[in-house]
Amino acid sequence: MSREMTGARIVIEALREQGVDTVFGYPGGAVLPIYDEIFQQNDIKHILVRHEQGATHAAEGYARSTGKPGVVLVTSGPGATNAVTGMTDALMDSIPIIVLSGQVPTFMIGNDAFQEADTVGITRPCSKHNWLVKDTADLAQTIHKAFHIATTGRPGPVLIDIPKDVQFASARYTPMNKASKGHYAPQLKGDIDAITAAVKALETAKRPIIYSGGGVINSGAGASQLLRELVSATNIPVTSTLMGLGAYPASGENWLGMLGMHGTYESNMAMHDCDYMLCIGARFDDRITGRTDAFSPDSLKVHIDIDPSSINKNIHVDIPIIGDIAHVLEDFLKVWKSRGRKTDAAAVKDWQHVINDWRDIKCLAYRGSDTIIKPQYALQRLEALTKGRDRYITTEVGQHQMWAAQFMGFEDPNRFMTSGGLGTMGYGLPASIGVQVAHPDSLVINVAGDASFLMNMQELGTAAQFRLPVKQFILNNERLGMVRQWQQLLHGERYSSSWSESLPDFVKLAEAFGAKGIVVSDPAELDSAIQEMIDHDGPVILDCLVEKHENCFPMIPSGKAHNDMLLGDDSTEGAIDASGSILV
Amino acid sequence: MNSLNLKQGSSRKSAYDLKNPLDEREETHTLAVLVDNEAGTLARVIGLFSGRGYNIDSLTVAETDTKGHRSRITIVTTGTPAVIEQIKAQLGGIVPVYRVHDLTVEGPSVEREMALLKVVGTGEKRVEAMRLADVFRVNVVDSTLDSFVFEITGTSEKIDAFSDLMRPLGLVEFARTGVAALARGNT
Repeated sequence: MSREMTGARIVIEALREQGVDTVFGYPGGAVLPIYDEIFQQNDIKHILVRHEQGATHAAEGYARSTGKPGVVLVTSGPGATNAVTGMTDALMDSIPIIVLSGQVPTFMIGNDAFQEADTVGITRPCSKHNWLVKDTADLAQTIHKAFHIATTGRPGPVLIDIPKDVQFASARYTPMNKASKGHYAPQLKGDIDAITAAVKALETAKRPIIYSGGGVINSGAGASQLLRELVSATNIPVTSTLMGLGAYPASGENWLGMLGMHGTYESNMAMHDCDYMLCIGARFDDRITGRTDAFSPDSLKVHIDIDPSSINKNIHVDIPIIGDIAHVLEDFLKVWKSRGRKTDAAAVKDWQHVINDWRDIKCLAYRGSDTIIKPQYALQRLEALTKGRDRYITTEVGQHQMWAAQFMGFEDPNRFMTSGGLGTMGYGLPASIGVQVAHPDSLVINVAGDASFLMNMQELGTAAQFRLPVKQFILNNERLGMVRQWQQLLHGERYSSSWSESLPDFVKLAEAFGAKGIVVSDPAELDSAIQEMIDHDGPVILDCLVEKHENCFPMIPSGKAHNDMLLGDDSTEGAIDASGSILV
Repeated sequence: MNSLNLKQGSSRKSAYDLKNPLDEREETHTLAVLVDNEAGTLARVIGLFSGRGYNIDSLTVAETDTKGHRSRITIVTTGTPAVIEQIKAQLGGIVPVYRVHDLTVEGPSVEREMALLKVVGTGEKRVEAMRLADVFRVNVVDSTLDSFVFEITGTSEKIDAFSDLMRPLGLVEFARTGVAALARGNT
């Protein structure tokens, strides 16, 4: 029997029924009834953030590290507008989050009431879907539908705007099994003819490559398992986007490293020279393709994606397969096995030799130093000292993010949380909080830059309040490193506003929030500083003072092709031409 | 099922070498988008076009199934074949959209538009306007001693032709509905 209850109680009841254990939020006038209900129950934990953007990124971190949707609760007006960046981030990276926002009472909507904003209007282009609930009787059903839409198909953020009078009014609760899901039902199984065509082409491929992406991780643990099975059975080399790291293990024999603008030489060269490309859950983003008219010119391209609009958006593919990665890979393997497990093994072996020659270039090599900590070295040491542990890594956005992707090895999916599509500085600290909430006993490290860290540093308060032992590993170069690198390459070394003057003392900053602060500048002391950070039972900032003008290589300059990479500082002269400089 | 009508396995090499130069030519397509008539659906569809830089040449919308709360949005849009495919895929991704028909490629279809034109004038011009209205089988829905309101229904081209003729004859106001379209036959 469904019971009569207030809208605010319905919200809690629906979240509970959906299996939600944590909500990231910030109270305000228009959500007070819901906060009152939160106060009176113990099933759902509320993590009070310090800024609503932090709540959205924390929910993203929670979602990416668990595979479950993250839930955010914010008030009307500024509460909702502050959530916009995180929602856009989740939309770009296909992360399921459910944002519940308070709204002024229905009879005041449109009156420019206090803390009123057209939240559904503002968030329409940055959500997968959103709703303004005007009747309490529709509330439970809408929440259930929101979870369905956020988590199925290509996942993404959804928002439910709930006016305050709807929270106060009473209605019968609609349980999950009685709620209509509507007609939204994305296709899971791929077209078997297309899959067979893709398998046939693979059987004769001489230079095959797998290019995998975040879609593999979103499809669940089974998808990563199937990817590994496919690679070991066929011996195809595999590369991945930033979002897909961990789906195939970095220690795997066929691993080429990340591809794209700051990807490895071997992966980008292999992408350029391959004759068969199997793209699994990636979307041919401009960071990946470089110059599109020179992108992998000789390959037959197969694209598996659950989102039909990802097909042929940037790159024309020969065999599109629309469906869920796990479903499609399962059928792919079945068809391949039933046709006799054929590959051109000799040719693939030759191809591996070619790739090994590219590997021998050692594209990630850098000039070491005894006196200054090189950022690459710092990450190598962090990797060495945390490898094999139950570890989750988040990052901010910039050079440190790319170095983390290059120098840290990810063995499993859901272990690397980063802002890929939107490139949101300030993502990492709140994301690390969300991850730590979901995995209280794991080691959670945010690899940060000094500038990015400052963008959401108020969340240190959240970490301290909830005793979340997140480790903030700041590669401090007192610069906006990636901006500075581009200014060096593109703008005649005129470093316009890319210098962080008046940086805080990060040790004192940590202490001011009740966290531990450590600073290190001597390479000889780096290991002990990292160990001290890991061993401390509580939030830590490790302020790692690194080389200030280090550049991130390899790099495909804007407007260039995969086989036109810069490998080091010696090759940067005139690397980007006028047509490349207008690109981002 | 391949919902995008893409040619599969059509080339051995990348599409770039094989790109048909005609593919860069812009085409005009009429799309019928069947949607749930819920708040914000039209804004979502229009926002997709403005946000991604697609063209809307004409747009017509009204609820067509009051019981099922469903509306039919008819959009006439122009773009290269790749852009048209992308528009259809993006429209299909909108949650309250449950079907997208490309009437231009799915077979023969009928397209009609209605327009009202107010033509003000006396003497020769008024007589000529009335005579042309007869030729075009246009209805007169309002008349004073020095004005007419004409109602014309037909293809967009017919309305263009009639309005061009009325302009020198005293056309002062012009309202058109945009295109409504259906596939021919029993499908």
